[in-house]
Amino acid sequence: MTGKTLYDKLWDSHLVTQRDDGTALIYIDRQLIHEVTSPQAFEGLRMTGRRPWRADANFATPDHNIPTTRNERAEGLEGIRDPISRIQVKTLDENCRDFGIFELDMNDERQGIVHVVGPEQGATLPGMTIVCGDSHTSTHGALGALAHGIGTSEVEHVMATQCLLQKKMKNMLIRVDGRLNPGVTAKDIVLAIIGEIGTAGGTGYTIEFGGEAIRSLSMEGRMTVCNMAIEAGARAGLIAVDETTLDYIKGRPFAPKGEMWERAAAAWRGLVSDEDAHFDRVVVIDAADIIPQVTWGTSPEMVAPITGEVPDPDKESNPSRRENMRQALKYMGLQPGMKMTDIKLDCIFIGSCTNSRIEDLRAAAAVVKGHKVAANVEMALVVPGSGLVKKQAEAEGLDKIFVEAGLEWREPGCSMCLAMNADQLGAGKHCASTSNRNFEGRQGFGGRTHLVSPAMAAAAAINGHFVDVRDMLLTLDR
Amino acid sequence: MKKFVKQSGLVMPLNRANVDTDFIIPKQFLKSIKRSGFGVNLFDEHRYLDKGEPGQDNSHRPLNPDFVMNQPRYKGATVLLARENFGCGSSREHAPWALDDYGFRIIIAPSYADIFFNNCFKNGILPIVLEADVVDKLFKAVEAQEGYALTVDLEAQQILLPGGESIPFEVDAFRKYCLINGLDDIGLTLQDADTIKAFEQKWRAASPWYFGVQG
Repeated sequence: MTGKTLYDKLWDSHLVTQRDDGTALIYIDRQLIHEVTSPQAFEGLRMTGRRPWRADANFATPDHNIPTTRNERAEGLEGIRDPISRIQVKTLDENCRDFGIFELDMNDERQGIVHVVGPEQGATLPGMTIVCGDSHTSTHGALGALAHGIGTSEVEHVMATQCLLQKKMKNMLIRVDGRLNPGVTAKDIVLAIIGEIGTAGGTGYTIEFGGEAIRSLSMEGRMTVCNMAIEAGARAGLIAVDETTLDYIKGRPFAPKGEMWERAAAAWRGLVSDEDAHFDRVVVIDAADIIPQVTWGTSPEMVAPITGEVPDPDKESNPSRRENMRQALKYMGLQPGMKMTDIKLDCIFIGSCTNSRIEDLRAAAAVVKGHKVAANVEMALVVPGSGLVKKQAEAEGLDKIFVEAGLEWREPGCSMCLAMNADQLGAGKHCASTSNRNFEGRQGFGGRTHLVSPAMAAAAAINGHFVDVRDMLLTLDR
Repeated sequence: MKKFVKQSGLVMPLNRANVDTDFIIPKQFLKSIKRSGFGVNLFDEHRYLDKGEPGQDNSHRPLNPDFVMNQPRYKGATVLLARENFGCGSSREHAPWALDDYGFRIIIAPSYADIFFNNCFKNGILPIVLEADVVDKLFKAVEAQEGYALTVDLEAQQILLPGGESIPFEVDAFRKYCLINGLDDIGLTLQDADTIKAFEQKWRAASPWYFGVQG
């Protein structure tokens, strides 16, 4: 008998029942909730007179619509100038109160982006099944949890039944062997992976990330990688539990304590794929080959190394892809053959559930320290992922480094990753962004997004165009 | 949920791969706490020339004449013909809500993003997967003939083309059953409430650290 993958183990341990056609009910341990995809689900419960199956399995915090300037935040709900956004946030507060759900409201010190706050509070634990009405729920797989993004109908379904209707996915292993070169980060790994397998490469799979380069990442880096599993088409990404995982979780508010911790940790150590486990697809990447990545198009797979150039659609043989490339270059205002380092920037965004954790802010601060933002950069935002990340960064003096360099230090939230709040990218403007999607209009109507790591975004801020951050780091070392 | 048994309708081709959920419904419309009213903002950034805002009167906005949806011949379409990886990106159910509110009941494409695909079935929309070359032929036929309409018979799992030809398609047995009967998932799952309770009790005993711990 062959062994089990980590995904097989998580699936099997949560399988409630399975129908003949393979559709299964999977028990859900944790539902994370934010204000955008939950109101219609709560409304559905009200209309049918249903109550949450297990209120204590739910954990909420508003993030998408939250303003990020200090003055707006100081005013509480009234500080949300857009009345429609304000109603959405207020509705979350009311729904959590009415249904007895734990919420960190917008001015709680622990509030933040739900995918940063969940792990930070220990609300995300290894071996859990986790859902959230948000595709970047894949982030939580970094802790060895099976975490799926779901739609609002499913949010309501999980609230009412504690189960998700789901068919089992196939298993994919992406192994990143060897060691990363200095200046190359988790973000570059995952962008390189998406460049390799495409945005639909992981469709129908759960992806486990493994190999020495993944094992060597901090939890923050692992979350960055799993966060973008969905950009490769996979609803869930996973990384096996090891001592890095356990060290990260121990002592967090929602994590078990004392004797319960010992029992849990012992169980969690088994959350790894067996050596003889079967994967339906295996992709192997050599970490040493990965160069800092920059996207040039309107899909995360449209990515190139910083040493490369904007590709030529005429050289693409697949007609559908060729047309897609043409549409993307037209939207982005870029010419084939242009060097990536010649792309000028109007805006810098350091934040999002992909890259707003303490390690990300440290990496960006290390690059901008002692420099000034280039004159052509009109706006440069640093938006920490949570109130606690902000506090930690301030304790380390990172806020001062950013402000002295000319970047704005903001309050936590999703901010310009998807621009549902007031933080928006102007039409035609190029933004070096540490977020996860470069879709048309994503950061603002007509805005042009380039996805990069925090260190690359910081280097671009200072130079006003993309540069190879590895060159800057060499200078810093000297 | 609306039942889906047999539907006929005009086909609108959207010749673009990797249509993402921001393309289908831009984020500013996600601020609504309702499920309806998204149809006027379906494909907003391509359908109109200006930037749309929630709650505005859309009847005076400048239309993009180059966008397929604004061509009179596709007015009233209920079948959307699309390219690969349709619906990629976010989990927002506002995407199928917008498609449904506009009037689309059927989507035909070579592939879909998983979450979007799933969300369609929850809203009475049937996403059909066909081979890329079959989809390609349909694109050519639709573009060549004004008023091109087809019929989808879910019971028989057949698409009936105007020339009398038919194309079979696959669909999950359970999803088909739910669509044909207009069944609500929650009600169905709650029929298994005792099984869920029994599982929960066992799971709680084995992994008590997942239960009732509050920060």
